[in-house]
Amino acid sequence: MQELLAQLAIFVVAAFLGWELISRVPNLLHTPLMSATNAIHGVILVGGMITLAASGNAVIKAIGFVAVFFGALNVVGGFWVTNRMLGMFRPPLKRVRKRRED
Amino acid sequence: MQVATFLAYLVAAALFIVGIRRLRTPETARSGNTIAAFGMTIALVATLFVIDFKGLLLIGTAAVLGAVVGAISAQRVKMTAMPQMVAAYNGVGGGAAALISLSEFYHMQTSGHENVVAAVTVPLTVLIGSVSFAGSAVAFAKLQEIAFTGSVSFPLQQVVNALLFLVILVLAANSFLDGAILPFLSPVASVVAILVSSLVLGVLLVIPIGGADMPIVISLLNAFTGLAAAASGFVLENYILIIGGTIVGASGTILTRLMSSALGRPLGKIIFAGIAAAGASKEEIEEREVNDASAEEVGEYLADEAEKVVIVPGYGLAVAQAQGAMRDLMETLESQGKEVLFGIHPVAGRMPGHMNVLLTEAGIPYEKLHDLEDINPELDDTDAAIIVGANDVVNPAANDPEQDTPISGMPILEVEKAQRVVFIKRSLSPGFAGVDNPLFYDQDKTMMLFADAKQGLQDVISAIKS
Repeated sequence: MQELLAQLAIFVVAAFLGWELISRVPNLLHTPLMSATNAIHGVILVGGMITLAASGNAVIKAIGFVAVFFGALNVVGGFWVTNRMLGMFRPPLKRVRKRRED
Repeated sequence: MQVATFLAYLVAAALFIVGIRRLRTPETARSGNTIAAFGMTIALVATLFVIDFKGLLLIGTAAVLGAVVGAISAQRVKMTAMPQMVAAYNGVGGGAAALISLSEFYHMQTSGHENVVAAVTVPLTVLIGSVSFAGSAVAFAKLQEIAFTGSVSFPLQQVVNALLFLVILVLAANSFLDGAILPFLSPVASVVAILVSSLVLGVLLVIPIGGADMPIVISLLNAFTGLAAAASGFVLENYILIIGGTIVGASGTILTRLMSSALGRPLGKIIFAGIAAAGASKEEIEEREVNDASAEEVGEYLADEAEKVVIVPGYGLAVAQAQGAMRDLMETLESQGKEVLFGIHPVAGRMPGHMNVLLTEAGIPYEKLHDLEDINPELDDTDAAIIVGANDVVNPAANDPEQDTPISGMPILEVEKAQRVVFIKRSLSPGFAGVDNPLFYDQDKTMMLFADAKQGLQDVISAIKS
């Protein structure tokens, strides 16, 4: 019971935090932001690992295997594509910053 | 759970938050993504201690396969196809959450470790995760133009959806009550049935929604997957799943709202009505005269009379892969001492911010790309506004209180304030929202250059040079 209450408390605080984090974001960054948060929910891979590590019959193992595969795809693909997206902003930004420093 | 793992999870959660914070400004965005990825690595390594390094061979094989597929697809995907790629990654995340909960539920049932929390959260996770999986798959198919393009609807769609949801509720209750409602279905079988019904529901929910609203749908499904991950955290009693999933669920929801308000499309209208039928019916659009200009005329005007040029790119530009030609036009005009700015509407491209990515990829400097709020005042003293492959985002009908159209209330780029307006467009077709643009018929102001975006731009460039 204590454990559950702690989980609920974390859930509520995290929900407000997520809400507060995204405010006044320029339109330009909506897609990268969505893509990055998409990668972060790939944390579900943690669940996949826990499930697959537990013993079970072949069907359950197969389900866990697919879950880990999906989770890893979500994490790696998500962060990678976000990085590529943001990489396109980088060179011009460096120029801007350099000019500001001059 | 060991103290060390718990602390590692806390560090990972903190890094997720710092990462998202840094993603709010362009200068720090890329490092934000890297920091979040680093947090993920910590969470995954810590999990190895949770599972006591059991089943590493299977886990490793599955993870490496997933990572390789993810890396290759992310590296190879064209930037124009990026929205559907995000949808695909999102969908598999949702699918993973549903499968994990199903498998955990089976473990609990067979080992007799049933608990009330799991009995509630398992059906919930399976429902949200499967809807996200199937919905994302449909979104992918729509954007990739494999299937379900446009808005697919059938009679009584809402009723069917509601009934299906009711079936899922009954199945969940049946699983909770150990098969008391439907004796022929065991709790595990009920959850499997929920999974299947939710997949169908996911498909039915997304097929009526048109392509233009897909970014919002993907963003919403992203929030769903976050919630599914959080719910599976309650099933597994795992803190990082709860924290990471909830942050994404909440931030994804607010991001969805931000997007839909930038697009001027209320969320409820998108989800429950699909795309409203076009405002003006086909018969009402009469044949009217336009100023059908040649590339030479456009080039001549730009070379001789325009000093300040604002270019408005739209989705047609991306379709024609004309970003390079767009950069050439910018360079040609600048070499003649003219000022060139780009006005980027929030919905240009297929997702908010997508057009910026495409143009910077083609080598157009980031500082030339201006948001709606920045570019509208500039248009007052602009000599020529060139609109390439766009219509809805510059359609003054959106601001006309007399007309009730699907784009009414959407903020537009006010190109009508410029001296002359040039449309480079394949035809007079009124564009995605199906609303006719009065600017087309202003023969004194507007030049219509009917061409493919790439060809049209190249012709104009050679006309300017000659």
